[in-house]
Amino acid sequence: MTGIQTTVEETQNDFLIEEFLAEEKTKDLLRFSTAGSVDDGKSTLIGRLLYDSRNVYEDQVRAVTGLQAGQKQPTIDFALLTDGLRAEREQGITIDVAYRYFSTQRRKFIIGDTPGHEQYTRNMATGASTADLAIILIDARKGILTQSRRHAYIASLLGIRHLVAAINKMDLVEFSQEVFTTIERDFRELVASFGNAELTTIPVSALLGDNVVEPSTYMPWYTGPTLLQHLEQVPVWTEEQVLPFRLPVQRVIRPDQYYRGFAGQIASGTVRVGDTIVALPSGRTSQVTAITTFDGDLEQAYAPQSIALTLADELDISRGDLISEVVRKPQHATSVEAALVWFDGQRLETHRPYLLKHGTQTLHARVTQVKHRTNIQSLQREAVNSLGMNDIGVVEIDMVRPIFFDPYAENRASGNFILIDVKTNATVAAGMIQRGLASADTATPQHKPLLVAGGDAAANTALELELLRAGAAVVRTRVASEQLWRALLSIGAIVLLDGISVAQAQELVDDAAGSETLVAWSNASSETEAVSGFLNQLRKLGALPDPQE
Amino acid sequence: MTTTIAPPESLTSTRLTHLQMLEAESIQIFREVAAEFQRPVMLYSIGKDSSVMLRLAEKAFFPGPIPFPLLHVDTSYKFREMIAFRDNLAKEMGLNLLVWRNEGALADGANPVKLGTQRCCGLLKTQALLDGLREHGFDAAFGGARRDEEKSRAKERIFSFRDKAGQWDPKNQRPELWNLYNSRVAPGESIRVFPLSNWTELDIWHYIYLENIPIVPLYFAKERPMIVRGDSLIPVEQTFVKSLPGEEQMVKCRLRSLGCSPCTGAIRSDADTLPKIIAELISFRSSERANRVIDHDQDGSMEIKKREGYF
Repeated sequence: MTGIQTTVEETQNDFLIEEFLAEEKTKDLLRFSTAGSVDDGKSTLIGRLLYDSRNVYEDQVRAVTGLQAGQKQPTIDFALLTDGLRAEREQGITIDVAYRYFSTQRRKFIIGDTPGHEQYTRNMATGASTADLAIILIDARKGILTQSRRHAYIASLLGIRHLVAAINKMDLVEFSQEVFTTIERDFRELVASFGNAELTTIPVSALLGDNVVEPSTYMPWYTGPTLLQHLEQVPVWTEEQVLPFRLPVQRVIRPDQYYRGFAGQIASGTVRVGDTIVALPSGRTSQVTAITTFDGDLEQAYAPQSIALTLADELDISRGDLISEVVRKPQHATSVEAALVWFDGQRLETHRPYLLKHGTQTLHARVTQVKHRTNIQSLQREAVNSLGMNDIGVVEIDMVRPIFFDPYAENRASGNFILIDVKTNATVAAGMIQRGLASADTATPQHKPLLVAGGDAAANTALELELLRAGAAVVRTRVASEQLWRALLSIGAIVLLDGISVAQAQELVDDAAGSETLVAWSNASSETEAVSGFLNQLRKLGALPDPQE
Repeated sequence: MTTTIAPPESLTSTRLTHLQMLEAESIQIFREVAAEFQRPVMLYSIGKDSSVMLRLAEKAFFPGPIPFPLLHVDTSYKFREMIAFRDNLAKEMGLNLLVWRNEGALADGANPVKLGTQRCCGLLKTQALLDGLREHGFDAAFGGARRDEEKSRAKERIFSFRDKAGQWDPKNQRPELWNLYNSRVAPGESIRVFPLSNWTELDIWHYIYLENIPIVPLYFAKERPMIVRGDSLIPVEQTFVKSLPGEEQMVKCRLRSLGCSPCTGAIRSDADTLPKIIAELISFRSSERANRVIDHDQDGSMEIKKREGYF
């Protein structure tokens, strides 16, 4: 068992603040979503998770312990530990998304729990939008039902990277490996058809506690993690930190004439003092001179920190603008294709004005076309010309001015938006940008900044010539300086290294952002074929545009 | 016995702790509200959650000042130590602090003994709050409520829409996705904003300790004069709270939450430092929750209060 060793009593008798703090300091935060209706075992599973990880206390347990029919020993009804839903229904109080909090010695957890009944699409989407992980419950006796399919689909659509299929009620199928393997195979296939979320499948019995917190003794054939072990190990926010740097400006802080800070929460990536940034839409560049926080200036900051940046130059930047790194700039377009989840009772009307809130800017937009709707039961596409409440579809949207974005699949934080009804002010839809349709400067061919190392002088000459012909900005150098390379890369150049091996270059380029742009040109040869082969490789990488485009 | 815990292998310098994550989220909310509303205000109750909110607001706008006023809804029955703390803090920090009272009801002699707690709260808290917000024309009000406090708050939005009468409709809440908040309101309507939504009680105390945030001394255990009645400890503050002979005693106790003195019971405690309070909190979270089981319709009554306009 990982983590949970300190009991309530131990803490009470011998509490040392230093130990508490040291322990708390190692804890990060994982948000996960669960969905399901009253009788599918979800409440039992959450109850079991909380109970076995010692997040419920004796008097609570006593309150839900009773003699069940046909049993001699009093047992705990785990569902009752967490079942606010039942109580609320009896009182006629509605529940949509309820948040619960618990912690282990490794992590703090926030559960966004949504009931599986009416309004499930809207509620699941809401719960999923901030979740790092989703637990999808599957009854081992029944296999993959519509509800599990629906939940997996919405979780994938909302960009949750880690899906956990908890194959529950294994005790009722005699802990059969065959049953588990069949469901796992089918579900893996289903999830792969939606996208590229990572899937972990765990056979559990929420009722008996098998593989929830403690490993099961009935299923020796399963060697993977228990549910809690998995929840404690899944990486959080590490991927967001190596994505391109994006800072939507929330506010300009200007207490006096000497300080001008651009405040916001870093949506993705990392920023360091001295980095060259570009302000969008103006396109002006400058260098970061300070990263300000109340607790002192930082050398570097990363998502999802809330900070303020000061710049070397007086750029005209205001709320709604986006500060980005210069190497991997966002796309921009006045028209996008996006997936929409429709929330409102009033149906979507094409050509009606809506407000679109993206990052920190709000602008007028119109849905020009509904391309299709996904039937949430069958997951088939249907041709429709509008979307109604709880519909999911793909649409084209026109905006009054360009927005700067990344496709949602690549970057959740800069690819999302909401639509607001101008008259009622209701939030009518949530959107995930798939691609830009019309851009202000599609005409300019672009190539990615690249570091190319490993070729001999003759090969480099041939390559340089070809790159220049392709319209690329190429700089050849034999100076082994990361600083110089960075400066060149930051203005978008392809840097061709003379007399520097791939290994040497790798050593100098220390971090992930740098190594991503390093291309090995190791099969050095001056033959024309080798050069054109290499250029094709670059095109495949998306580093060079295709000639016909 | 104690256990020593080694940090997990995956721990790197670029990983934020859960408190840093919560802090970043709260700061984003403060900045969003300040940018999108005409007249925001922070409801300041003098309690621990308000103290944390105030620190987060400072952080959000640093090195600039907090760009909105604070409003304290004063029932006139708050502990004297609370008022002294409030006035001192406002002076030291140079805060723009507004105080609002339902003077009409107070002139009629409103108090919990005379009216009963529910009616008294309705007039001196809810009514006063709604009047104060309306009189000043505030269109957004920050509150320190947390989702882990109570069931009807578990489903509360971070931006909670209120109609022209200041009322909450739990069945008609705006969907809230990612960190995109809809701040559009018609004239007269408003938004209650809860930047501490995802903080737990333990997070609050942990943060107060780490950040060295000043709090009202009533939270710390001390010998205080109390009316001891059964298990209850009733503070001796207001003259209309009468004691029977022998009930008034000196008791080492503290307050877990701060409200009006006639209606806020103290608990027996030796916790006179923050570490002791945190230790106490960890050890007796059970009894806090046990109370919720006894009084099940508390959930319902909080929801009713919220619908009427209470926080």
